Amino acid sequence: MATQPRTLAEKVWDAHVVRRGSGDEPDLLYIDLHLVHEVTSPQAFDGLRLAGRPVRRPDLTIATEDHNVPTTDIDQPIADLVSRTQVDTLRRNCAEFGVRLHPMGDAEQGIVHVVGPQLGLTQPGMTVVCGDSHTSTHGAFGALAFGIGTSEVEHVLATQTLPLRPFRTLAVTIDGELGTDVTAKDVILAVIARLGTGGAQGYVIEYRGSAIDAMSMEARMTVCNMSIEAGARAGMIAPDDTTFAYLASRPHAPSGAEWDAAVAYWRTLRTDDGAGFDRELVLEADSVGPFVTWGTNPGQGLPLTGSVPDPAAIADESERTAAERALSYMDLTPGTPLREVAVDTVFLGSCTNGRIEDLRAAAEVLRGRTVAGSVRMLVVPGSMRVRAQAESEGLHEVFLNAGAEWRQAGCSMCLGMNPDQLAPGERSASTSNRNFEGRQGKGGRTHLVSPLVAAATAVRGRLSSPDDLDEES
Amino acid sequence: MEPFRSHTGVGVPLRRSYVDTDQIIPAVYLKRVSRTGFEDGLFAAWRSDPGFVLNLEPFRGGSVLVAGPDFGTGSSREHAVWALSDYGFRVVISSRFADIFRGNAGKQGLLAAQCDQADVELLWKLLENEPGTEVAVDLTTKTVRAKGLTVSFAVDDYTRWRLLEGLDDIALTLRHSDFIDTFEGSRPNWLPTTTVVQ
Repeated sequence: MATQPRTLAEKVWDAHVVRRGSGDEPDLLYIDLHLVHEVTSPQAFDGLRLAGRPVRRPDLTIATEDHNVPTTDIDQPIADLVSRTQVDTLRRNCAEFGVRLHPMGDAEQGIVHVVGPQLGLTQPGMTVVCGDSHTSTHGAFGALAFGIGTSEVEHVLATQTLPLRPFRTLAVTIDGELGTDVTAKDVILAVIARLGTGGAQGYVIEYRGSAIDAMSMEARMTVCNMSIEAGARAGMIAPDDTTFAYLASRPHAPSGAEWDAAVAYWRTLRTDDGAGFDRELVLEADSVGPFVTWGTNPGQGLPLTGSVPDPAAIADESERTAAERALSYMDLTPGTPLREVAVDTVFLGSCTNGRIEDLRAAAEVLRGRTVAGSVRMLVVPGSMRVRAQAESEGLHEVFLNAGAEWRQAGCSMCLGMNPDQLAPGERSASTSNRNFEGRQGKGGRTHLVSPLVAAATAVRGRLSSPDDLDEES
Repeated sequence: MEPFRSHTGVGVPLRRSYVDTDQIIPAVYLKRVSRTGFEDGLFAAWRSDPGFVLNLEPFRGGSVLVAGPDFGTGSSREHAVWALSDYGFRVVISSRFADIFRGNAGKQGLLAAQCDQADVELLWKLLENEPGTEVAVDLTTKTVRAKGLTVSFAVDDYTRWRLLEGLDDIALTLRHSDFIDTFEGSRPNWLPTTTVVQ
């Protein structure tokens, strides 16, 4: 029987349908991997307890502590009692329901979206969910991975399935070669600026094209990670030899004959020729330069060579009002060159840019240089394993010698749930994913940047790319 | 879940677009492990401004929020829905909702009613000109009425049915556990488990 050409997302969807819905009813999809953290799970476990339900597949579930954990003095109990209660609650729940947990201080602890891939638990063609919108990260492996709310967390714990309505598909094609000092982060910020914060609402994005093919797995994870910032439910990249090479030595990757069977299947996970996308966006790689945000949503970004925009020039009323509010909150004046914007804090880390390649890239810029006296720089590895790897390469010494702080693993300054926060009015260049009002601490002002821009900015004290340092040295 | 058929309450005009879930409830309020009591975190930063709409008398007790486009973007935190519900909101009207927020709302009995932006503008004008106006939202007919104004809203039929019946998703799914058993029996062997590898 001839089958209709299908997109990658449709293939993964079809392979997980437990029961087709009839009429308006959603399809019931099987979930291959459920990642759990302390913030969005306590009420879900409570729900199970109240209903007397077990976790259906603890062997497809894994938990880590990330959002609340401090990144200093981790041998001490968490000082914030409310945070400590939340972490303790996760520990009790995991013990009671038989879920594997990597607690603070454990060698495998880290941000949930760094831990899954590095263990080899995230594999092509899987469905992956987590009570966290940045679950889209795992789509870099050709998995269908998306964030869910706490009710859905409870639903997956109880049934290992989710009722879901099909998504629409959006192809984002990026062809050509990226320029020097242009990273996956710049690419995705440019894509989000093009799509707008809500532009991909209801879509699963498939990133494709020669620029994506040339990216490492970690770079692909950075791209997929921020799909949600354009409103998309998920972002995906078809698996290829880069993917298989990354997986080959991982603890949970298949081996022997099972590896061969898996790879044979994984190679079928490509969008068929002739398959249609509901929408397409094309971006030339050489048109992307170092990119930074100026506003209070991730779609409000511009090339670093640009200037703070003038809201008066924006035709759409709702966009104009949003830009006016953003500039007022960010305390920026239209027309100011972005390179002149001085920052107080630089944050290198998060599920977007807290992996070893991110640390290597930033360290390369900082080697032999010094963080400006007016700037504090936090370097926070995405996991304890990333931290150990960085230390084995001597990267921590580069950061420390430059005057940066070398921290333990966690979500840290990406969001204001742990001690790493901006003070009111403080301005940051941050490799994280959200520049919402108050995201990094009440009254804090965030500019989203790549690890290279973060490092150069730390040295110069103003938003900068590594190029700016060469000119001044 | 309580069934939702119709609701009448004071309408609150929130003239802001891109109301992300960090604004609906900042992360600092997410540390709790309880399911209730999130009302104090609702719009916490904005509520520190005495001029914010929820601090103005006729709107303080509102239960129908009329917001700008792209409501509920960003973080998946269901706490955003809990905060709105705990405060007393039963309905949010917007011309565009973020997917995760809309899904979370439907599971918690908060109606995310999607209206045309032109109708949202009409509602804003009415609620601002006549503060304290009651808005009647009828899920059976998918209409919003306020004074002389009647506008329709969209909500997907499945969510509507579940809201009208007050049905719990997990119980619905467990009716099909035989399908889940069958599917599990067919999963390839190479798929990973989280069982610790020695």
